[in-house]
Amino acid sequence: MKPRRTWWKTAVGLVLTAIMLFPVYWMINVSLTRTGDMRADPPHWFPWAPTFEGYADVFSDQLPALGTSILVGLGCVALTLLISAPAGFALAQLRPRGAGALGFLLLVAQMIPSVVMAMGFYAIYVRLGWLNTVWGLIIADSTIAVPFGVLLFTAFMAGIPRELTQAAKVDGAGTWRTFRSVVLPVSRNSVLTVSLFAFLWAWSDFIFASTLDRNGDQIPITLGIYAYIGNNTTQWNSIMATAVVASVPAAVLLVVAQRYVAGGVTAGAVKD
Amino acid sequence: MPSTVNGAPVVVGAAAPATTRSAPPRRRRMSSTRWAALAFLAPLLAYLAIFYAYPLYRNVELSLHDYTPRAFVQGNAEFLGLANYADVIASSTFGPALRNTALFTLVSIVAQYAIGLALAVFFHHHFRLSGLLRAMFLVPWLLPLIVSASTWSWMLNSENGIVNSVLEAFGIGQINWLTSPDSALWSVIVANIWLGIPFNLVILYAGLQNISGDLYEAAALDGANAWQRFWRVTFPLLRPVSAITLLLGLIYTLKVVDVIWIMTTGGPGHASLTLAVWSYREAFGTGQPDFSPAAAVGNLLIVIALAAGFVYLYLQRREERS
Repeated sequence: MKPRRTWWKTAVGLVLTAIMLFPVYWMINVSLTRTGDMRADPPHWFPWAPTFEGYADVFSDQLPALGTSILVGLGCVALTLLISAPAGFALAQLRPRGAGALGFLLLVAQMIPSVVMAMGFYAIYVRLGWLNTVWGLIIADSTIAVPFGVLLFTAFMAGIPRELTQAAKVDGAGTWRTFRSVVLPVSRNSVLTVSLFAFLWAWSDFIFASTLDRNGDQIPITLGIYAYIGNNTTQWNSIMATAVVASVPAAVLLVVAQRYVAGGVTAGAVKD
Repeated sequence: MPSTVNGAPVVVGAAAPATTRSAPPRRRRMSSTRWAALAFLAPLLAYLAIFYAYPLYRNVELSLHDYTPRAFVQGNAEFLGLANYADVIASSTFGPALRNTALFTLVSIVAQYAIGLALAVFFHHHFRLSGLLRAMFLVPWLLPLIVSASTWSWMLNSENGIVNSVLEAFGIGQINWLTSPDSALWSVIVANIWLGIPFNLVILYAGLQNISGDLYEAAALDGANAWQRFWRVTFPLLRPVSAITLLLGLIYTLKVVDVIWIMTTGGPGHASLTLAVWSYREAFGTGQPDFSPAAAVGNLLIVIALAAGFVYLYLQRREERS
């Protein structure tokens, strides 16, 4: 192109990005504002005199909630991988009957509103006594990620050359061995993509947490923030500080996983 | 249609059907492979039956009975048939909720699409930092909804919000964004548009990358200016991607609860109550859970979402055939 004439595009791009990310900036700004300045008029645009009161509150009040969220996120990743990776392998490489119908079902599954699933789970958990448990929440959260995982694995594994799996077969590897030692290692990027999204969705979930785990001893961080909003509307620096901390996984995902997200995009491209 | 386009939705969470088109059978009898396939699929099938089908079945059951919190535990709710559905539809909340759902969904997806497309076209001209800035645009999509929604609540706060403060500098008086019935719905729509822009940008950008640069060159040689090139080349060629983006947006937006619930809880009154939020409010939002009507509303929502889904699949099939 014409590199000389693109500087103004960069300028426009910077302005647009700044507008788009203003709420994020504002969250950080408020999290550093002193409680006394919170109701200043006009509000302080820059945290000239930053305070870490808010963050101190996060560490004194919200550490258990952060721990619970990590636990739920990791549990959700494990469950999602356990179910979706073998299923993706079967759909992509073993060509079972009814694969099309199953793909269709998974697509429909993604259309079901979480609030409906939440009511169904509530009705079931009430009887089983699974309300307010971490594993109950893990199972419910995994329903967001499993259909996505299966579809992503199927798309990626369908692109693995048949010669590779056939070669393993010739060498005497059974189906399980082929899956574990050939297909899974090749699919590393999809495993990472699915894991990252499963973690992020479980970490961000509010609906299942607020319905299935609202009276638990172990609440996730999203409920921690929600409880803050309900209790003390004056301490917005603490609320925003918690929000900043809760955004860390998203930031990490963006920085570390850009490549794997891109890998996921090409996973679709490999399929014929 | 180049398949990278199919790839984008896969990543962002709503996959194109990854059906393995059955290849011509190499061997007639593949019973051992079929057993293996079944074994590998078994966890998924069990999972879908227990954690998808069963909750949905329970939900239908809830909507057909009169479940009070007590009946919930004892399991002796009275069978009502479709009476809950009739009550819900006859309720004075139904009209406003349906109207709000339609407004919220349509305004959100149209604005998200238009802004997303404009940004995608803009970022498609590569310039210094374009990759980095495009990545930054993903941030709103990756943040937990409670984080974005509570940030927006504080920005729109009547007395101390930054939005009113800026408006005041221009001489506009205080607007009660979230607490006035006139503006509550529009406030949550604005926040929701902000949330949806990244998704639209990602998919539409992937779609743009599949349009051959030769076409633009040819159009430019024919004397088409940038505006004409967009409407004569980009827009028509992007049509399949646009259809998918809008329909996925529709399905997602119909489901939205968190944003509205956290910002306004559907209020004041019914001012920002959508069907999904209504269902949530009835079941979990008040001290007295009323699961049966909530389930009925939820099931009506599924019907609407499925209808949209079938339109999506129909369009996709048609696109694949052509």
